[in-house]
Amino acid sequence: MNGPQDLGGMMGFDPVLPEPDEPVFHADWEARALGLTLCVGALGRWSLDESRHARESLPPAIYYNASYFEIWLRALEALLVRHGLITAQELAEGTAAEAPPHPKRLPPERVAPAMAAGTPYDRPVTSPARFRPGDRVRARVMHPRGHTRLPRYVRGHVGTVEADRGGFVLPDASAEGREDVAERLYTVVFDGAALWGPDAEPGTQVSVDAWESYLEPV
Amino acid sequence: MPHDHHDHDNHLDPMEARTRALETILTRKGLVDPAAVDAIIETYAEKVGPKNGAQVVARAWDDADFADWLARDATTAIASMGFSGRQGEHMQAVFNSDSVHNLVVCTLCSCYPWPVLGLPPVWYKSPAYRSRAVIEPRAVLREFGLELPEGVSVRVWDSTAELRYLVIPQRPAGSEGMSRDDLAALVTRESMIGTGLPTGPA
Repeated sequence: MNGPQDLGGMMGFDPVLPEPDEPVFHADWEARALGLTLCVGALGRWSLDESRHARESLPPAIYYNASYFEIWLRALEALLVRHGLITAQELAEGTAAEAPPHPKRLPPERVAPAMAAGTPYDRPVTSPARFRPGDRVRARVMHPRGHTRLPRYVRGHVGTVEADRGGFVLPDASAEGREDVAERLYTVVFDGAALWGPDAEPGTQVSVDAWESYLEPV
Repeated sequence: MPHDHHDHDNHLDPMEARTRALETILTRKGLVDPAAVDAIIETYAEKVGPKNGAQVVARAWDDADFADWLARDATTAIASMGFSGRQGEHMQAVFNSDSVHNLVVCTLCSCYPWPVLGLPPVWYKSPAYRSRAVIEPRAVLREFGLELPEGVSVRVWDSTAELRYLVIPQRPAGSEGMSRDDLAALVTRESMIGTGLPTGPA
């Protein structure tokens, strides 16, 4: 979706302000929000892509005023209600009746192995590659209402396939609960001038990783 | 930071209250064990961070075979040093050279190679960095104090899929003969994102 998350090339934000000796968390609640997000994720009720879509579905005025962990927490609340794990009433009241542990509740001793294992997203794809390194391709002009990982700033522009990365879960489908759809993924590199015209900084290239259905031959 | 520490009275910060309420609900419903939340926080506050990536870079500087392996199959090469898992499932190492400087961003969210760099800093997740890194990378680099020579081109990697990028900066001049631990101490987090360079030898 053309949501607030799709930031590439926007103007008007502040200078980038690196914070010397920045702490990992700026408040206790940020740390708890991270932990809660990962613990609930381990229940396996939704994909990482659905989480991303919940974050980018926040109203733009909220998204741009929130710290990143606030975005995570708000999206987590929405996902929990959407999937029936908690109710809007419980959320409003800030408490809930006691219930026995969920069978997939993440125990502390499973945290280290779960983080170390991660979740691989590569998948076998049997269809032949439509594109090869060196091919010129156009990023499709498309504006899906749902989740996609093709940023607006490359849509309609021509770049060069640099690498075929093999098959990966397609986020557009995975965000809707269809985690069995995979497509070949390519790294596609664009000249700055192709993306930004005469305003581009000289000597710049930008690449995105794009699924096969995001691209068309030139 | 605009979002924290406004509140110096006795009330909880609204986000603190909101997060506590959600944790209460999830704990009472048996969906979350607070001890697991503690373990996750401990992992990313204390164990996993840019010191991991610095060891990878130092070894790449010091061991040409390892650097080749990193270029061919970064996921396996990095995992051989014990760094793997969440948000590092599919690693790519990109090498700076005399002619190309690499810069990593995620314009769409905050994708970042956790096993080697830990959690991303606030600036990496900020709209300012995410919007500007792809359209005016040199201007962004100047804000980090990095002025690239004119003959060096900039390659920006927008992390739009599940590949996670680690920049391998060039080895600083004057670091010949240094131990791997001493080399690792030169490698900054910013140098592995591309917004900085390693520090020079003392």
